[in-house]
Amino acid sequence: MFYREAGQFKTSYKADQAVFPIFQDKVFVAIWLLIGFVVIPMLANEYVFRAIFIPVIIMALAAIGLNLLVGYCGQVSLGSGAFMAVGAYAAYNFMIRIPDLNPLICFLLGGLSATVVGVIFGIPSLRIKGFYLAVATLALQFFTDWTFSRIDWFTNYTPSGSIAVQPVAVWGFVFDSPIRKYLLCLTVLVIFTIIAKNLVRGRIGRAWMATRDMDVAAEIIGIRPIFAKLSAFAVSSFFIGVAGALWAFVHLGSWEPLAFDINLSFSILFMVIIGGLGSIVGGMLGAAFITLLPLFLNQLPIWLGINMSTAMVSHLEYMIFGALIIFFLAVEPLGLARIWQITKEKLRLWPFPH
Amino acid sequence: MNDNDRKLGPTLLKADNISLAFGGVKALTDISFEVKEREVLAIIGPNGAGKSSMLNVINGVYHPNAGSVTYKGTVRQQMKPHEAAKQGIARTFQNIALFKGMSVLDNIMTGRTLKMSAGFLAQCLYVGRARNEEIEHRKKVEEIIDFLQIQSIRKTPVGRLPYGLQKRVELGRALAAEPTLLLLDEPMAGMNIEEKEDMSRFILDVNDEFGTTIVLIEHDMGVVMDLSDRIVVLDYGKKIGDGTPAEIRNNKEVIDAYLGVSD
Repeated sequence: MFYREAGQFKTSYKADQAVFPIFQDKVFVAIWLLIGFVVIPMLANEYVFRAIFIPVIIMALAAIGLNLLVGYCGQVSLGSGAFMAVGAYAAYNFMIRIPDLNPLICFLLGGLSATVVGVIFGIPSLRIKGFYLAVATLALQFFTDWTFSRIDWFTNYTPSGSIAVQPVAVWGFVFDSPIRKYLLCLTVLVIFTIIAKNLVRGRIGRAWMATRDMDVAAEIIGIRPIFAKLSAFAVSSFFIGVAGALWAFVHLGSWEPLAFDINLSFSILFMVIIGGLGSIVGGMLGAAFITLLPLFLNQLPIWLGINMSTAMVSHLEYMIFGALIIFFLAVEPLGLARIWQITKEKLRLWPFPH
Repeated sequence: MNDNDRKLGPTLLKADNISLAFGGVKALTDISFEVKEREVLAIIGPNGAGKSSMLNVINGVYHPNAGSVTYKGTVRQQMKPHEAAKQGIARTFQNIALFKGMSVLDNIMTGRTLKMSAGFLAQCLYVGRARNEEIEHRKKVEEIIDFLQIQSIRKTPVGRLPYGLQKRVELGRALAAEPTLLLLDEPMAGMNIEEKEDMSRFILDVNDEFGTTIVLIEHDMGVVMDLSDRIVVLDYGKKIGDGTPAEIRNNKEVIDAYLGVSD
């Protein structure tokens, strides 16, 4: 009833090709932006920013990046943690080695370094597919783990191997309070989401999806596989690299190589799969789900007034978390994005049955 | 026939002594034929005769072990499929090779990839060239959608469409590239009589309206005889016949190998 496109006629291809062709969607997105930029900063407290919003936003950025590669171009990658590490360490090195460089530029340079690594490690994708490619990207994960813990130059010879950074300051404006960090991350996420959406609805996105769905036919149409696959690796690694820099500088503040280990790669891949392959909003939903569910499960016994040891709670948390993931994949293999889409279709009639 | 003489142009594609083998299996042996501009040429033959292999040689998926292909006057031995696409060779596949996760519109838009040129940054921001280009090409794609009468399904993901319509969308995707030479690999396989009639009409219209040269593989003899200007017959990788439908119908060797042994 409230969500239907009846009466909204498109008279130009421009209008028909808009990101949100339906009026209600535009309102909806505007409301979300309003909530994100105005309502949440007014209501939330420091803990909520630090534990929920900032990690979810940065992970959403990484998940969108990985989704471009896995969901849109069909190249499975287990190297996201490594790309985040490259982004973080590269940004750190640019920052300490080039004095007075704007941190935001350092983040972008970190992303670009991840791009270079991504393209190099994307080359195997020209010959191998599927699980084999996943294993090849796994090699990158071990390679970066080793590089950043063994080669001291990258950590600027700190004795412990861990890195601590000052709060990010841009033109004298210091992002030190959680609310400022939150707004910084949210702005970055919005900009990158727009870029991702623009890419996937244009020529390059179609080239990726064509390569994913039927690579032989794509090549016969004139899409060079080397271009499609490597550009997907490049853009995806850039996104993940920037997310890595944000994760290190804004969320963690101090970190060691373990912060970017294989578990992080798996988490991001789960976010993409549970959120929905080949969907931008899926990346965000998946990031929120995977980040928030453990927190929620952790708090649940307290809310319910059940007395349990913390060890028990954390064991249960893992078990229920795993079971829920399986449940979700069994019920809706296409992910949260698909559930969202079905909801939208249902909403066209709701609340009247006909 | 007079009609044909007027329509046909100079030779567009010439295959010279093509041989192709996979290990010990000889797929094609010493095949030569030529295709004239605006001609509809059918390649027929029993299963495993090497028809699809021949198409794959023409658009560069396979590289022949011997012989050469001359296209638009240029001889070439090796060519990548995307280079063939650049030179105006488009094709459809025996088993549908559409991009299943994409809508009909996106599938056909993908067919126009080579005609687009917007830079990466413009695409990131969806401004300038990138945006205008999308709209400009959308117009072309809508013309193809109108031509194939698939307006009502333009936003449907192709995976949900019935078989006959998928075949039609695949033809649309090939047409989107505005090809000079269109290779159709069994465009009517698995269709009912009505769908076959529709598809035949589209093929003839493409040939007529756009002047596209067509090489098609088909098993339905009625369709082949009606559509094509000339027929090449393959059997076990060898060419055993080449001529107009009337000639092929009376060619003894062809009848023996394919249409049924005469006594």
